[in-house]
Amino acid sequence: MAYSEKVIEHAENPRNVGTLDKDDPSVGTGLVGAPACGDVMRLQIKVSDNGVIEDAKFKTFGCGSAIASSSLATEWIKGKTVDEAATIKNSDIVTELNLPPVKIHCSVLAEDAIKSAIADYRAKQTAKRAAKAQ
Amino acid sequence: MLDPKKLDAKATAVKLPIFMDYHSTTPVDPRVLEEMLPYFQLESGKFGNAASRSHVFGWTAEEATDYARDRLAKLINAQSEKEIVWTSGATESDNLALKGVAEFYKDKGNHIITTVTEHKAILDTCKRLEKEGFVVTYLGVATDGRVDPDDVKRAITDKTILVSIMAANNEIGTVQPLEEIGKITRERGVLLHSDAVQSVGKVPFDVQKMNVDLASITAHKMYGPKGVGALYVRRSKPRVRLVAQMDGGGHERGMRSGTLNVPGIVGFGKAAEIMRTEGKADNERIFRMRERLRTRLQSAIDETYINGSMEHRLPGNLNISFNFVEGEAMMMAIKDVAVSSGSACTSASLEPSYVLRALGVGDELAHSSIRFGLGRFNTDAEVDYVADLVISKVKHLRDMSPLYEMHKEGIDLKSVQWTAH
Repeated sequence: MAYSEKVIEHAENPRNVGTLDKDDPSVGTGLVGAPACGDVMRLQIKVSDNGVIEDAKFKTFGCGSAIASSSLATEWIKGKTVDEAATIKNSDIVTELNLPPVKIHCSVLAEDAIKSAIADYRAKQTAKRAAKAQ
Repeated sequence: MLDPKKLDAKATAVKLPIFMDYHSTTPVDPRVLEEMLPYFQLESGKFGNAASRSHVFGWTAEEATDYARDRLAKLINAQSEKEIVWTSGATESDNLALKGVAEFYKDKGNHIITTVTEHKAILDTCKRLEKEGFVVTYLGVATDGRVDPDDVKRAITDKTILVSIMAANNEIGTVQPLEEIGKITRERGVLLHSDAVQSVGKVPFDVQKMNVDLASITAHKMYGPKGVGALYVRRSKPRVRLVAQMDGGGHERGMRSGTLNVPGIVGFGKAAEIMRTEGKADNERIFRMRERLRTRLQSAIDETYINGSMEHRLPGNLNISFNFVEGEAMMMAIKDVAVSSGSACTSASLEPSYVLRALGVGDELAHSSIRFGLGRFNTDAEVDYVADLVISKVKHLRDMSPLYEMHKEGIDLKSVQWTAH
């Protein structure tokens, strides 16, 4: 299938590939997908004390569109607050990357990865607060 | 770290893009094209309809198609050129063989035996026949992709009319034990059909030695033109009968109506002749290139898996999984090299290759498979270029792969609770 230029651009020059310390309480990690399905995304966010995502990293096993979707997701969420990042929809990614219908699941996975990373971060914060309260 | 200069195609003797997908099709050999051209044109007087009986244009065309018949018959060791029926390609040949035999012999029995790794032209034809009341047994294959001849023997009943087993697989290049299977079918008086598209000219394929009664062949996998195929139909011991699936003017001794594609058939004949005279040397050279590619990749990359038998394999086939790297991403990363993948992402169905699944290759490795198909016009320089490129891109994609990172940390990926989607 022919890819859009934006997919090719992201897949060839992915932004923010890497790993953050998953044990850091200010880091949220989302791991979604399954090897048997042909795509796994890990997206991580590092959140400042005032709730702004100051860094985001990803690693993806998947096709070019999956790599591009996660690369774009990290680019978009950096500098946003956690609440703002949570509003990103897969349809925004589809539009930006011009994904064909057969690749929409890649964008769904990227949205899931963002949400999962945020949920992990929030769970850590809740646990931290609970530990402090005790 | 790889020297970027080494990947500069200009610095080496290769021209991009590189074609390494010879199982999908092949370019027409220039000698084949040269022989075809007069059969299109007025000036040569060779453009006639082979079915025209009343003038020299028709006779010339008919003579040319019979000459091609003889050349193809020789390549597969058929007893007579009359055993070759021209078709539009191997899909039609497969349909004609299965439906034609089923319809003719339906009073004798309703059982057909085939394998799960056949081409869709066989599998979908079998499904159609099942709807019409035939019973089809789909034999499984071993982890090396081969059918056990004893399984064939056990599956035959007194209702069995046909066994259809491909000579070599299009994805993994596995060559089936047809000679042993042919002994069994002959002894039991059951017809044997073989989809021989990938094997003819590449590995020994001899309809006498293998007791094959029907064989599907196509020109475009052996440096002939697209849109022309053949069905070998044995004429004696046993004489195979078919019900035509294309009604019309009664061409091809009533087995396949339709005006013959004379230029295409002439090209097919020339392609067969080249295979018969040069095939052995060609295949040895292709085999050496395949092995050069394989050893270079496997010595530089960890966690690679070869899919299908190494021993019983088409000389130009390398189907290899690069664990933790998804196949379509790999193909995108090496986009100047034409290959194919068993990854779901390359198929409309989003299911990984059914052939790899049949071998018991896990879905994750099926998603990571790449099929290299080497052929006549590849060069050592291309092999070296592709090897360097693949080695560097696997590293690049693994640096980006969460699975490779987890593997390196010693995490058993099977123990992870994945979210299926």
